[in-house]
Amino acid sequence: MKIQQLAIFLQNKPGHLSGICKTLADNDINIVTLSLADTQQFGILRVIVKEWELAAQKLEEAGYLVQLREVVAVEVDDEPGGMHKIVEIIGAANVNIEYVYAFTFHKSSRAVLVFRFDDPDKAADALREANINVLAEIELFG
Amino acid sequence: MNANYWNDQNSPVMPISAPDFMPLNHLQQLQLYRLQQLVKFTYERVELFRDRCKESGVKPEHIKKLEDISLLPTFTKTDLRNTYPFGLFATPMSEIVRFHASSGTTGKPIVVAYTQNDLRLWSECIQRALAACGLSSGDIIQNAYGYGLFTGGLGLHQGATDLGLTVVPVSGGNTERQIMLMRDFGTTAISCTPSYFLHLIEAAKAQNVDLRELPLRAGIFGAEPWTDEMRRHIEMESDIEAFDIYGLTEICGPGVGIECCKHEGLHIFEDHFYPEILDPDTLEPLPDGEEGELVFTTLTKQAMPMIRYRTRDLSVILPEPCSCGRHIRRIQRIHARTDDMLIIRGINVFPSQIEASLLSVSGAMPHYAIIVSRENNLDKLEVQVEFPREKFSDKISEIEKLRGQIGDAIQRTINLAVTVTLAEPNSLPRSEGKARRVTDLRNK
Repeated sequence: MKIQQLAIFLQNKPGHLSGICKTLADNDINIVTLSLADTQQFGILRVIVKEWELAAQKLEEAGYLVQLREVVAVEVDDEPGGMHKIVEIIGAANVNIEYVYAFTFHKSSRAVLVFRFDDPDKAADALREANINVLAEIELFG
Repeated sequence: MNANYWNDQNSPVMPISAPDFMPLNHLQQLQLYRLQQLVKFTYERVELFRDRCKESGVKPEHIKKLEDISLLPTFTKTDLRNTYPFGLFATPMSEIVRFHASSGTTGKPIVVAYTQNDLRLWSECIQRALAACGLSSGDIIQNAYGYGLFTGGLGLHQGATDLGLTVVPVSGGNTERQIMLMRDFGTTAISCTPSYFLHLIEAAKAQNVDLRELPLRAGIFGAEPWTDEMRRHIEMESDIEAFDIYGLTEICGPGVGIECCKHEGLHIFEDHFYPEILDPDTLEPLPDGEEGELVFTTLTKQAMPMIRYRTRDLSVILPEPCSCGRHIRRIQRIHARTDDMLIIRGINVFPSQIEASLLSVSGAMPHYAIIVSRENNLDKLEVQVEFPREKFSDKISEIEKLRGQIGDAIQRTINLAVTVTLAEPNSLPRSEGKARRVTDLRNK
């Protein structure tokens, strides 16, 4: 199960992030989670939202540079060793992690890891074989 | 051979173009006759010219052969500024029927004047230029040069009208309407600055209009330097043939020179505008084939003749005959104006070098801005580039790779470290006339 992540180009100038958030807010789109990667020159905002098609359309209309990318969301126990268990499986399956970010989910004792893999299908298969809960959209967004 | 041109129904060459094919010895005789008349006429009527000639001890009767032109003094834009507005006019106001002025950004504009006859000859040159681009009656030309004091709009308008084209005098700007008219009228040719056409290409895409599917087949682009890489980009995106038209306000406006269908340099209408290439430092004439500053003498203008006017454009006169059959000589396309040259850490940099580098990286990026600043007494060159949607990635490493490629391409060309800043599509300012791509913050 893969989910869609929006990557948005951030120019290093005041108000840029605020404009993106406003576009999402104006269209009643809630950010489930986000991660910001940045360099001195620019940044990339990666966000997960339920209404990703609408979000991508509205952001592009507003002039932002948007890319949709399939990522894999995995549910883990929010306790020591939770993440280790997952990355061990990934390593054993010989899949590379391009980047990862995490968030806790609905105040439960579970956390969600969002992975961008070089081979997402292979990674998802390996995780499922190890009985790890790879989240579908329906589970993530309720 | 030339006669066949006129007889062939399918020939793009029209009788108006006859002077383009004049035998060289006739052309040179005509040029000498006109030069002698011009020098005498101007000596009698323009004080500054007379004074400069006296300073260098030249009299009109000293001009015995074409090469004697090098005895005459040269003139620059400063001379026009110092004599603003009417100081270089050679005819009384009663004979002047039109003013134009340069789009100068600093200080007073450059004012030029035309008699009825000047306008007629200017139109002749534009007609010969458009004919060399293969346009004839039946073509619909959308003239998107600005109408007004700028020479581009009204100049092209008159020439195109006199040649019998159907002119859409839309002027610059109002991009959405431009595209609508282009589609609804079935426009076959457009005249504007190359940077504005780039803007039209993008705007057409946004309106879901595919320029490649419209009847548009020729673009007459001028008023700013542009590279061959930009031409390839424009031709690929719009499926037209792009022609470079050359001119400058001081000489008459567009129509001083034009590319023919061979696209190997620009033919100069040298029966009206006599070209020379001078060493910009010593002002010594350079032989054909050597690069230097392009200098023009307006052989037939009356209201405001220009004698040995230094254009600040760097070019080369190409002495070889053109395979199109025209005898009038060609100059190399202007890639650089001495005015545009930036000196960064002591190295000469032309914006066209940066443009060519940007377009050489895969996923051509034609929209850019050049910013020169000074940090800790060191010049700093920044190039802002809009990167294409398909090049955007969610991975930092991919974008850094692209930045690196762009930086390397520029650095290889100009030998200077450069900071590349990527910008979103459509975020850099667009021009509706001449592009202003360089910002130099060092002198502020």
